[in-house]
Parts: sequence; C-alpha cells; structure tokens
Amino acid sequence: MTSFFLFVLLMLAALILVYLYRVAQGPTVFDRVLGLNGISTKSILMLIVIGVVYDRVDMFVDIATGYALLNLAGALAIAKYLEQRGAV
Amino acid sequence: MTSGAEILASVLLLIGLAFTLLGSVGLVRFPDFYTRMHAPTKATTLGVSSMALAAVLVIPGGIVAVLMKALTIIAFLFLTAPIGAHMMARAARSGGIAPCEETRIDEMPTEPVGEDDGGHPAG
Repeated sequence: MTSFFLFVLLMLAALILVYLYRVAQGPTVFDRVLGLNGISTKSILMLIVIGVVYDRVDMFVDIATGYALLNLAGALAIAKYLEQRGAV
Repeated sequence: MTSGAEILASVLLLIGLAFTLLGSVGLVRFPDFYTRMHAPTKATTLGVSSMALAAVLVIPGGIVAVLMKALTIIAFLFLTAPIGAHMMARAARSGGIAPCEETRIDEMPTEPVGEDDGGHPAG
C-alpha cells in the first residue's frame, strides 16, 4: 500500500512540471499566477500523501490546512494587486 | 492481505489522480485564460477531497480526529477555491484580457461600477 502511495506521490510531482510549463509559457501574467496557484494545490495533495507514507496523517493534514490558508491569502493578494494595477 | 478499506482507498486515490491529470490537461490545452482557469479549479476540490478521504481510510486507529481534520480541509477548499478563481477572473477581465472568439455570453459591464481603483484615472 505504501508503494502505491509513493507512486501517486511521483505522479503528482510529475504533474507539477505541467503547471510549471504554464508558469514559464503563459501569455499573460494571470496565467502565471494560475499556474503557481495550481502548484500550491499539488503541494497540499503531496503533503497529505507524504503523511500516509510516514504514518503521520494527523500532523501532515494540519500542515496542509495551513498551506491552504497561505495559498488563499496569496492568491487574493495577487489578484487584488493585479486588479488595481490595471492593464498588463 | 488487502482489506476492503485499502481497495476503497486505492480507488479514491486513482479518482483524485485522474481529476488532477484532467485539470492539468485543461490547463495546457484550453484556448484562453478563463477556460484555462476553469479546469484546474474544479480539479482542486475533487482531487483534494478524494485524496484526503483515501488518506483517512488507510491509517490505523484514531480515525475520528483525522477524519474531522480531513473534512475541515475539504470544506475549506470547497469554500475558498471558487473565491480565489472569481477574484482572478475579475482581475483579468478588468485588466483587459479578452475571452476567446467562441465566447457567447459576456455579462461583465464595460465600465465597472462601485469599485475603488486606488485613485487611478479612468481608462
């Protein structure tokens, strides 16, 4: 079972590369922010799976909740800044 | 060897992985920013909820506390992922990012009303 979770962990790490493509390639700055937001979400998923691998799900779910809070605050701050700054 | 809970957890993990993969495909393939934002936002909520439930299923003992924590993070993401996506879409729309040509319905007023733009001159 742990090996299956490790496989899922590797697949999530590979999917982060897809999001990094959008961050590097994105035609607008909003696409880059969207890619970074998705990478944060993948980090939350990876934290939960790492918790299963290390048998400490209770602790890692707390860390994932904190990371989700930081993700929301950062996304709202960047969106507000880009909205007030005007056109790209 | 493999119990029913482990099989259910594996199925949930595969569902979460499939949703995450589809969100990534949509992020790369869709034509404009708004459709690109639509795909991973939905993959976020479903992927995180199914993977958190899978993690709760496989841990031994003390399941109620971890289940409550997992339900907390699931509810938090279901609440906040649409808020973040809405803020990003609003910023992009008022920032002049045009939708693709196939867009049929555009309900955003051209002049945003009741909005503090930080003292910038209009236009």
